[in-house]
Amino acid sequence: MSSVIAPTPDGVDQYFWDGVARKQFLLQKCSACGALRQPPAPMCSECNALEWETQEATGRAKVYSWLVSHHPTEPDADPRIIVVLDLEEGVRFVANLVECNLADIRFGLPVELTWVEYPSMNREAPQILPQFRPTGDAA
Amino acid sequence: MTKRSLSDQAAIVGIGQTEFSKNSGRSELQLAAEASLAAIRDAGLDPSDIDGMATFTLDSSDELLLMRSLGLQEVNYWSRAPFGGAGANTTIMQAAAAVASGACKHMLVWRAFNERSGHRFGQPQDPGTTVGWNWYLPFGLDTPAKIYSLTFQRYMDRYGFTNEDFGHYPVVARKHAATNPAAWFYERPITLEDHQNSRWIVEPILRLLDCCQESDGGVALVITTPERAKDMPKPPVSIRGIVDAQLIHGHVMFNYYQDDLSRYEENYRAASRLWEMTGLGPSDMDVATIYENFSPIVFMQLEGYGFCKAGESVDFVKAGHIELGGTIPVNPHGGLLGEAYIHGVNNILEGVRQIRGEATNQVEGAEHALVAGGRGGMVLGKA
Ligand SMILES: [Zn+2]
Repeated sequence: MSSVIAPTPDGVDQYFWDGVARKQFLLQKCSACGALRQPPAPMCSECNALEWETQEATGRAKVYSWLVSHHPTEPDADPRIIVVLDLEEGVRFVANLVECNLADIRFGLPVELTWVEYPSMNREAPQILPQFRPTGDAA
Repeated sequence: MTKRSLSDQAAIVGIGQTEFSKNSGRSELQLAAEASLAAIRDAGLDPSDIDGMATFTLDSSDELLLMRSLGLQEVNYWSRAPFGGAGANTTIMQAAAAVASGACKHMLVWRAFNERSGHRFGQPQDPGTTVGWNWYLPFGLDTPAKIYSLTFQRYMDRYGFTNEDFGHYPVVARKHAATNPAAWFYERPITLEDHQNSRWIVEPILRLLDCCQESDGGVALVITTPERAKDMPKPPVSIRGIVDAQLIHGHVMFNYYQDDLSRYEENYRAASRLWEMTGLGPSDMDVATIYENFSPIVFMQLEGYGFCKAGESVDFVKAGHIELGGTIPVNPHGGLLGEAYIHGVNNILEGVRQIRGEATNQVEGAEHALVAGGRGGMVLGKA
């Protein structure tokens, strides 16, 4: 299994990686107007409120764009499928598609969240990542 | 537009460059100093005449050390442009605004790096270097080639374009570079077959020959007011208009968070602002240089600037319009794929040479040159 780069939480995204460690897929939500923001920010661009909370995502999404990366060095010595997802909640999220044949990838493919633990390139401990796999449903 | 706009308020009066290589054998500061001195002399100035300086935030050369090397006695304005290749246009805009406002008289703009023998921007990012990368690096989205490709995919899908379609641009770029002695790929043209035989970098979007070079080298320009430019030795090149257009929800290197990724919205915004500022349009352009880290972005910008309709750029390129002798020759020097990758600034120098009439692959009688930089751009013209 390929190893991955573990994140270095930067203060704005700490809640997300704390959630990942508990296998919770969290989105940042404005406490004032309810707007979801991904990637997160310290202030809501819709209403400028500073207060925010988290909302656990359903993990259901559709593939918006994708590519196969085969740069001949780590971390993608084995080809890796990178996707931009439209989450059911209405925000975009970049992740990986797993358990999927190349020939089966298409725009709009319905996918669901799964958690995968990878060796880390830059940490002793392994890194859990939110990954996505086809649900098998029709689009 | 009002008198305060940046239309014809500044002129490019000097250009200079080092050789373009894969291993310069000297420091980035020395490359910056050599290119800058060449530009200052081209303008007929002495280093002590320079009182303003601008470069990229990513440039490693320190202003004070460059002053000390060149002999700049007193600098009254300096600035840096954020971001990668989009910074090329921004530095010129900062320089134009600085001289037009009177903040300084003669601005030096430079960009110099050992981008092949030193730090390679195209390589995977170092973990944990910059805020925001956590949303991409753990998922393997770690190089510009991959980051841009997620957008290119939607563009390809929308219009049915293939990687082979995009291969027509690298063939043109290398054909132009083949007759430019300053180009790394001088006398080394390629065929579409060579393009299709080059390895995948990002399947099914980019092959090796779709990607810009990694280069060592330095380039520089000198910018002043139109009044001062009249008394200088080279034919002044007026900045007829210059714009930047950054849109909300851009993140780290691209904007996956706007509705439709098949449309390069920043480019459409920049184009409409530029045509409005100059009162000119695509049919007024005699030549264009187009920033191309990767070949698909040439096709997107041909559409964004209105040289052809959305979805028609592949047919437009296949018909020969962007070749020397075509209706709008693009990157006659070979561009970033064929000449060198000096972060897009070498494309600006080519625009200046075309308007001066001193380019190697000169477009006869060029009056207007578009220098397109993705999220920004400028029109250069005879003063
Ligand atoms: Zn809000």
